[in-house]
Amino acid sequence: MTEGLTWTVYDADTMTQAEIYGEVLCRLGEENPKIVGLSADLANSTKIGKFGKKFPDRFFNVGIAEQNLFGVAAGLAKTGLIPFVSTMAAFTAMRGVEQVRTDICYQNLNCKIIATHAGTSFGSAGTTHHCTEDLAIMRSFANMTVIAPADGIETAKAVKACVDYPGPVYIRIGRGFEPKFYENEEYDFQIGKAIEVNPGTDITLICCGVTVLQAAEASKFLKENDDLSVRVLNMHTIKPLDEEAVLSAVKDTRRIITFEDHTVLGGLGSAVADVIAASGKGCAFSKVGIPDCYCIVGYPEDLCSYYKLDTDGIIDKVREVMSMDFEEDDDWEDEV
Amino acid sequence: MPVTDQEIKLLQEKACQLRKDIIDITYWAGGAHIGGAMSMVEILILLYYKYMKIDPKDPTWKERDRMVLSKGHGGVGFAPLLARKGYFDFQDLKEFNKFKSPFGMHLDSLKVKGVDVSTGSLGHGLPMAVGMSLGARVQKQSWRTYCILGDGECNEGSIWEAAMAAAQFKLTNLITFVDRNKLMIDGTTEEIMGLEPFADKWKAFGFIVKEVDGHNFNALADAIESAQKETKAPVVIIANTFKGKGVDFMENNVKWHYGGLDTDLVEKAKASVDRMYEQAINLKN
Repeated sequence: MTEGLTWTVYDADTMTQAEIYGEVLCRLGEENPKIVGLSADLANSTKIGKFGKKFPDRFFNVGIAEQNLFGVAAGLAKTGLIPFVSTMAAFTAMRGVEQVRTDICYQNLNCKIIATHAGTSFGSAGTTHHCTEDLAIMRSFANMTVIAPADGIETAKAVKACVDYPGPVYIRIGRGFEPKFYENEEYDFQIGKAIEVNPGTDITLICCGVTVLQAAEASKFLKENDDLSVRVLNMHTIKPLDEEAVLSAVKDTRRIITFEDHTVLGGLGSAVADVIAASGKGCAFSKVGIPDCYCIVGYPEDLCSYYKLDTDGIIDKVREVMSMDFEEDDDWEDEV
Repeated sequence: MPVTDQEIKLLQEKACQLRKDIIDITYWAGGAHIGGAMSMVEILILLYYKYMKIDPKDPTWKERDRMVLSKGHGGVGFAPLLARKGYFDFQDLKEFNKFKSPFGMHLDSLKVKGVDVSTGSLGHGLPMAVGMSLGARVQKQSWRTYCILGDGECNEGSIWEAAMAAAQFKLTNLITFVDRNKLMIDGTTEEIMGLEPFADKWKAFGFIVKEVDGHNFNALADAIESAQKETKAPVVIIANTFKGKGVDFMENNVKWHYGGLDTDLVEKAKASVDRMYEQAINLKN
């Protein structure tokens, strides 16, 4: 057990990310009377409704009104409470975003936003319900912490960790049918600290959310078939980014690819690119995500494959980047 | 009458001072939202000198009443009030709007003592006030939240989202004012985006509505005291006011939503304010 965790309440084989979140929040609510919950007619979909049933006096459903949702959350936080707010990512990062920025982030309030149906996870719903922009938007707000957990277990760990993490936190999770990556909670999760899920020296894959599992699978295949040593980083925290982990990857592997269920503009890939560029060190680099377009309709697994975010797509991309003509400088310290 | 003659005299002195302070700061700053600051003077003065439970020496006192100036551009009227109440030195306001100043036009709750909530983007204050009122309820606290809206601000959909929520949650610990000065930046409220029948809109959203002369302390005090006793539904006090109240050349003039003053205009504006209060005293006598 990781230090600080005294209970495990979920079965990642049968529970979705959101269900685990709902359960964890109920447990946290028992321990901490300052936690209150809010939703905008999506209490059931986001699973915060479980908290609402358990603590009806500490839960507020404001109806289909996301601007008010985040404004009310800010007001609750102003009185010393810790609001957990849940609606779909699209309505968080876009419909209610000025309230998130101006009411919550500008005032550095202790609001925890758990946004569901992020990325292409609600793929069949169409562009109105996709949210491939949230990481870019949320990352641009001062004071905001941005987390994309790999699966249900990591969602539990992120939700627990954010309670005592000061200031606003945005956690994006899927619709609920994402495969699990972690078997249990017995690993070290710290906000802002990347996790090396596979060691490697030839290339580094920096991932978040559902792409962590796919990259880990790809790394095994590439070891067996291409004799490649592929480092896989679970960069669950997009902000603050673990710059040290990125710089180590530049130094140790000299090739980096980022994978995210998000537009390639402004998200994890851009955050990593900023660090690489600022380092002045040479590195073969590529970003994989949703290109600069609105995602097509389809089930998440089909979209994952279509946008080359599945194991096969990742394998192809690694082979492509490994074949890129990139000359490493022998003397790292000389590079500027 | 809820306000004694002696209290009225004091309140008028404070209001006269605040109007002159607003003129000074507008001059120092090189320009400010003076019209809408002048229209809400009586609401602020009455709340801060008679009704609100506050302690300027302890601005974050947990049991204090809260103020949400949803019409955040009224900062040039709110900041001097806070200074005169003792939250900070009035002379600090010479830096209003200046480089690196803690005082922007729209006040920052993390930089200015006594400001409970940062506002400025219209339509944000009432939702936050709803949240604060719920926060008091959750924590079984008896303090109240007062929220001042602009009337033009009520074009914003989020105001009505929050109004629905205030009624749904029966927030009787929230008292909302609308500074109904009937002017926006581009024209009158009715020309630009009509609000009438305004009282009926609030009633339809589940509020108890009190419509009063927003420059009359007794009328405002009556409305506040009856709102404080209300147990069934949230109350909105529609305060009919004049933008630029007290300065004859600004009063009810759409051009004075925002403006600057030179020394000549400062003199004229203050002289006008003096005349207003002299007339009030003469009428009384």
